Amino acid sequence: MDRKEIVVTTTAPAPPAGPPKARKQSPQMSPQGSGKLAALLLSPTFVVLGLVIAYPLISAMRESLYRKPEGVDESGFVQEGDIWVGIKNYTDIFKGDTADRFWNAFGNTSLFTLTSVSIEIVIGVAMALIMHHAMRGKGLVRASILVPWAIPTAVSALLWKWIFQTDGIANAILNQQILWTAEGQQAFWAVVIADTWKTAPFIGLLTLAGLQIISGEVYEAAKVDGANAWRTFWQITLPLVKPALLVAVLFRVLDVLRMFDLPFVMIGEHKHSVETLSMLAYDEAFNVRYGPAAAYATLLFIYVVIVALVFVKLLGADVIGEAKAKKKAVKERMVLTTLPAAVVISSSGAVR
Amino acid sequence: MTVRARAWRGAVVLAAAALLAACGNDSGTPSSGNSGGGAPALDGTGDFTFATGKDTSNNMQKLADKWNADNPNEKVRIVELPESADGQRQQMVQNAQVKSDAFTVLNLDVVWTAEFAANKWVVELPQDQFKLSEFLQPAVDTAKYRDKLYAVPVYSDGGMLYYRKDLLDKVGVQAPKTWADLTAACLKVKALPEAANMSCYAGQFEKYEGLTVNFAEAVQSAGGVIVNKDGKPDVNTAAAKTGLDTLVQGFKTGAIPQKAITYKEEDGRRAFQAGELLFHRQWPYAYAKAQQNDGSSQIVGKFDVAPLPGVTGPGSSSLGGHNFAISAFAKNKASALKFIQFFTSEENERSNLLATSQAPTRTSLYEDAQLIKQFPYLATLKASILSAVPRPKAVKYGDVTAAIQENAYGALTGTKTTDAALKDLQTKLEELVK
Repeated sequence: MDRKEIVVTTTAPAPPAGPPKARKQSPQMSPQGSGKLAALLLSPTFVVLGLVIAYPLISAMRESLYRKPEGVDESGFVQEGDIWVGIKNYTDIFKGDTADRFWNAFGNTSLFTLTSVSIEIVIGVAMALIMHHAMRGKGLVRASILVPWAIPTAVSALLWKWIFQTDGIANAILNQQILWTAEGQQAFWAVVIADTWKTAPFIGLLTLAGLQIISGEVYEAAKVDGANAWRTFWQITLPLVKPALLVAVLFRVLDVLRMFDLPFVMIGEHKHSVETLSMLAYDEAFNVRYGPAAAYATLLFIYVVIVALVFVKLLGADVIGEAKAKKKAVKERMVLTTLPAAVVISSSGAVR
Repeated sequence: MTVRARAWRGAVVLAAAALLAACGNDSGTPSSGNSGGGAPALDGTGDFTFATGKDTSNNMQKLADKWNADNPNEKVRIVELPESADGQRQQMVQNAQVKSDAFTVLNLDVVWTAEFAANKWVVELPQDQFKLSEFLQPAVDTAKYRDKLYAVPVYSDGGMLYYRKDLLDKVGVQAPKTWADLTAACLKVKALPEAANMSCYAGQFEKYEGLTVNFAEAVQSAGGVIVNKDGKPDVNTAAAKTGLDTLVQGFKTGAIPQKAITYKEEDGRRAFQAGELLFHRQWPYAYAKAQQNDGSSQIVGKFDVAPLPGVTGPGSSSLGGHNFAISAFAKNKASALKFIQFFTSEENERSNLLATSQAPTRTSLYEDAQLIKQFPYLATLKASILSAVPRPKAVKYGDVTAAIQENAYGALTGTKTTDAALKDLQTKLEELVK
């Protein structure tokens, strides 16, 4: 075990009375002792995490290696039990007759992510910049900007479905007869619009938090140096707000990769232009084929983990706030930072 | 301890917890189910539950209260499931997967009988406990799987052709019996100034179960079938092509408005009530709604119903409706059986008809003079149900309907030719319906 000393500086106030046994030892607790105590105190959390995250994840992965028997027996009943099929569920996804549907869904999911998140970043940062400036009713504006985010997604999907009806407001304003909910490109854009409306405020609010940390002196210095608004934005504001923005973008990306309720409620099932990977998993589970459903869910999980790792390692998304870490510590901490990402990913894990 | 060591320790604890929990899973080898030789006796008396979709008329609750008053030791509690059929099925399937006794009596859609029976989620019912001859035979047929009774028909449903009687009278045309008559009538009516902006016809063409119904009716109207008498798929025929082409041509020529591709039942009903459609294929529930005097309908007293049109003569509708079954995992199955007998008695079916205007399953109610006076469409409805053809009976009905929707929608939107659509559908159905 590593022999790094943990130096605890004794502070002026005396330790409180009635201390637990560990405190009665010398103020400099041995690394072994504090490690044991840490493990003990953390174990309830780990048990809960194990039950709520790791168990469904592993259970789904296990489920994806089995299949239910096909067909009925002579008396017309479905056979019971599971058959071990190994990775056949996965190879069928990639090479079977549903491969087209899988790649279409994969493409849709990725395209939704790229399009939606890009537009949301632009709109969100613009919102944040506007909200940052002092104005009348600042508190009200900031609270009301979160209203779309507060509405449950399924409800907002119904609202937008109503707006995007053929006789609805969207067509009335545009003076067109676009069939928004029918198959085609327009369904894709309908989902992007609804999603952006709902979640741009989320990026806006997180970016606003990042903006407020920047001290005013930096801007003053920039003004003294003669920088115009555009240069100030690109070379001062954006780099300084990057940590907050990256965290917001990471969460949004993970959310859109898992998107299910918006296209499902707004456009409907089995529509190729908006079908996402989650919808595929749901469709298989709906038809009581839990093995393939778990396989789709596991693939989605792996996709999301890869994207999260890319964000954390390459782009340096600072998920648990350790911006001042040294490079060596960043490497050691990679394991820890992917755990919170796993918390976020876990809801895409099990399908049962 | 370093951060890294601590992290690995944590991961090991997590994995251990997960493995411990995962250890409890069984994975049995597949076993064939027991061959049922005659319905097993249903036993168990006591309180039970009734799982059903939204009770819009509140009549189910009234009947449940009546039952509870007479049977204080065998009380029923209504468990309301989601409004959509898919939502209800999902809840019932999940309940069956965990073998829970939470639901006793299940309100099944007619197309789920095969699936629920083959998966042993519902029990066989004793045929001698019900006078099945008093019920409409097509409805009874939907409740059977391999000639054994698994459910009792309670509500039935058949599609009818709603039409604007006032406009047809103006041009002196009777209700059309064939598609050709329908197109001719439409041309005549559109010459009238007040009908210039109307569309001819709409049904339910969105990509959902309603599309399967409309596709089946189109194919049937031309004399084709989706699944033949022996239960084998036979949809790649000239007759089916004629039927599907009727709809495809309707979209191409504008007789069916473009936006009808997004229509479910309510969208079409609203369009018909607003006076945008001359002819509309719809279920009977819309009759009462279109007659309401609260301002929601522009066509009160101006419409009537007729049997669906065919190619050479009248067409046939797709059979809809609901049956009551008993969950295999419930206790108190004997009480549930008595409750189903109670619900399907003549008196209670009459009360259902009066409250919801949904088609009853007892033949006698269609011949009652007083009911005919109150529901003038009863005769058309009875004819529709008696000539109705059920949708394909398959254990994997979800896949069957998905395949039909995929190909029909492709043909209607023009992304597939009708030949390709029917050929692909035949191939897919041959895999699914064995």
